[in-house]
Amino acid sequence: MRRLAIKYHISHYQFDVLLLACMVSLLFFSITQVSDVVAEEPDRSIEVQHGAYLARVGNCMGCHTTKGGQPFAGGRRLSTSFGIFVTPNITSDKETGIGLWNQQDFWQALHQGKSSDGRSLYPAFPYTEYTKVTRQDANAIFAYLQSIPPISQSNPPNDIFFPYNLKPLLAIWRILYFKEGVYEPDQSRSDAWNRGAYLVQGLGHCNACHTTRNMLGASQDDTLAGGQIMGMNWYAPSLSSYQEAGSGDWAIEEIVELLTTGITKRAVASGPMATVIKQSLQYLSQEDINGMAIYLKSFTENEGGNTPGVRFLVMSGSLQKHLDFGGQLYEKHCQTCHGSDGKGVPGIYPALADNRSVMMSSPLNPIRSVLNGGYPPTTAGNPRPYGMPPFQQILRNEEVALVVSYIRNAWGNRSSLVTAVDVDRSKGRN
Amino acid sequence: MLRFILLASFCMTCVTSVYGGTPIAVPDTMAERVKACTICHGAEDKVGRDAYYPRIAGKPQGYLVNQLRNFRDGRRYYQPMAILLENMSDEYLYEIAQYFSSLRLPYPAPEQIPMQSEEIELAEHLIYVGYPGRNIPACSACHGDVLMGIEPAIPGLLGLPRAYITAQLGGWRNGGSMRGQVPDCMSEIAKQLTDAEVNAIAKWLANQSASGEPRPFSTLLPELVHRCSQNIMANGSKE
Ligand code: HEC
Ligand code: HEC
Ligand code: HEC
Ligand code: HEC
Ligand code: HEC
Repeated sequence: MRRLAIKYHISHYQFDVLLLACMVSLLFFSITQVSDVVAEEPDRSIEVQHGAYLARVGNCMGCHTTKGGQPFAGGRRLSTSFGIFVTPNITSDKETGIGLWNQQDFWQALHQGKSSDGRSLYPAFPYTEYTKVTRQDANAIFAYLQSIPPISQSNPPNDIFFPYNLKPLLAIWRILYFKEGVYEPDQSRSDAWNRGAYLVQGLGHCNACHTTRNMLGASQDDTLAGGQIMGMNWYAPSLSSYQEAGSGDWAIEEIVELLTTGITKRAVASGPMATVIKQSLQYLSQEDINGMAIYLKSFTENEGGNTPGVRFLVMSGSLQKHLDFGGQLYEKHCQTCHGSDGKGVPGIYPALADNRSVMMSSPLNPIRSVLNGGYPPTTAGNPRPYGMPPFQQILRNEEVALVVSYIRNAWGNRSSLVTAVDVDRSKGRN
Repeated sequence: MLRFILLASFCMTCVTSVYGGTPIAVPDTMAERVKACTICHGAEDKVGRDAYYPRIAGKPQGYLVNQLRNFRDGRRYYQPMAILLENMSDEYLYEIAQYFSSLRLPYPAPEQIPMQSEEIELAEHLIYVGYPGRNIPACSACHGDVLMGIEPAIPGLLGLPRAYITAQLGGWRNGGSMRGQVPDCMSEIAKQLTDAEVNAIAKWLANQSASGEPRPFSTLLPELVHRCSQNIMANGSKE
């Protein structure tokens, strides 16, 4: 009896799904019919190519592909403080992907954050940034996505924690924090600056990481002010502060070099930033990456040369002794690469002296570097990077704290000391 | 412009730091590039320092590429390595594998684990004869007559610590996150082994001293090539 009931249940369910699928496909059939006529353009292949490029800039593949999985077929799990989001399949597969969508559906997703059935999407999909993308660019991305072979892959549903799974909350969130609207050029600025702003604020979705988030996960401003990435133990520095990753005093070429190769003589990209460069930024055209650099530089252009405040503290004897312990560890484990003067080797081993990432008020990233080590991304400009070993299996938390405190205060560096508790907190999670 | 950057950064890799303190001469070698690996996979005198980190020097290149991709792409799980490999291209993994594969380092001395004679018999039967009835070929049929592996994708079984062998076989048997997310010829065999068999094999293998070279591909029987095609085809090649 029990078995029967289950069986009935299943077939009933299947029937529903089938019916639904039929209805949906009928509906879409009629819509696509109409819009196909409108969208008929002579230069389809050029549009597709351009769309492929734009999808790179937006790094759609980065989120919509599992590690080692089929491109754009989704299934990647993004853990946030609100739950685990599983990215959907956005290939042209008609059942499991977006093969039945039309341009308008796609625009609605990218620009308004709504799925084709009108469901509001969660901002784990950075439509809060993509909303700035023009209709023309959105159409090109859509044309590209529809041109890649369909991949049939159903992904598990999101697993969102209470109360964030309540739809009304998402609706309220959207009213409060979601500003819909295509990027509007600032006429007082150059074309290059505007191009950079369009890309950084829009497709590049830099603000998805480089921002402070409030309790509801909303970005607090759009000046790339930096913050800890949600669900990740990484701090994405402010791009608009001279004390963090502002680049006002950098030459445009050097910013371009960092963003395309992942390494320069005074900085190196790690963790999620290395991934962004590997998957996306290294492929940008000269013109686009230049625009980005010009825009980023403009945030702190007028602050160049300001010595960061706060940094000066007089060292007491006991403090000096504390740091000396760190110095000994440095000599033993770090010096061969980063040098006794902390200057590293340009393009190979980053300098730690006068390195902003080392001195940022949040010690998270330098602690992580010591615990986990890492390699800069392999890029066309740096295809065979040198690496930093992990020390988690060698140094105790107290020792990591000592050596990080040391590098934050050696060679003229000045920043807060780090404790074993800070180290412990920096462990785990990607 | 991009060309210029390429060129510039290429040059940088040959450069030696010339300013300030003690200049560091950075050799433009793979050995220098994989220091992040050799801190665990000890080179030189560090061989076998830690019972758990497997030896990777001298293993067949195809096998190493296979493993590096698996770690990077989450099919074999060990987080410290996943973090290091995360942003590496296939080309670079291939080069790293080639480097480690080409190393010829002395093997550690064999362990000396006491074994009962029945255990020895059990281990040797599995290793040299197998159980055709259970569809388990002799380990030596795939891992080479001297158990030093078969090029390009089957690793040797000697010179590995017992703890490591047990952990690997356990990883496959549990079908868990450690290893074997995607079934292959080896996981199928490991899944069939009993606890007693795993224990006996791990002890026996760890007790042997490693010597000899991996055997050429031609020594692998066609039906075994077929059975392991996934490991051999997919990963022996560069792409
Ligand atoms: C930071 C990760 C991330 C990036 C980058 C990203 N997406 Fe998504 N995307 C998501 C998530 C998560 C969802 C699901 C949201 C939900 O379920 O509410 C989603 C949903 C979508 C949807 C809706 C699918 C549906 O079935 O409703 C489309 C279309 C989409 N993304 C396209 C894109 C495109 C195009 C790009 C690149 C321009 C892109 N995404 C980049 C995470 C991302
Ligand atoms: C997935 C999250 C993420 C995204 C998206 C992201 N970043 Fe980052 N970024 C980080 C993290 C984390 C760091 C700190 C680690 C480091 O220094 O590399 C960082 C560091 C940086 C740095 C400083 C690097 C240094 O060492 O001085 C710059 C410049 C930067 N990002 C620019 C950008 C730009 C431009 C974009 C958009 C095109 C962007 N980022 C998008 C996470 C992100
Ligand atoms: C084998 C050479 C090597 C050794 C030894 C080494 N490092 Fe590094 N270090 C590197 C490389 C290469 C990077 C760039 C890594 C990356 O991009 O993730 C790096 C990055 C860093 C960073 C991040 C810098 C930035 O700009 O984001 C810090 C901090 C750091 N190392 C500190 C240390 C300390 C402290 C030790 C000793 C406990 C140490 N390193 C030992 C090679 C080394
Ligand atoms: C923190 C220590 C550590 C570091 C650093 C490390 N490994 Fe490993 N490696 C391990 C451990 C532990 C295993 C065994 C994991 C398992 O049991 O599956 C392993 C396994 C391997 C294997 C598979 C060996 C086999 O026979 O199946 C390869 C190949 C390998 N590592 C290469 C590397 C490379 C290349 C690097 C540097 C990019 C590296 N490892 C860095 C600890 C490390
Ligand atoms: C049909 C061929 C075949 C047979 C028979 C076989 N193996 Fe394997 N074995 C492989 C392949 C292929 C791999 C590499 C798996 C991979 O790429 O992950 C492997 C890997 C291993 C490893 C991992 C070594 C390392 O360095 O991590 C161990 C341990 C192992 N086999 C033990 C055994 C034992 C014990 C037997 C006998 C009971 C056996 N194998 C029989 C094909 C075989």
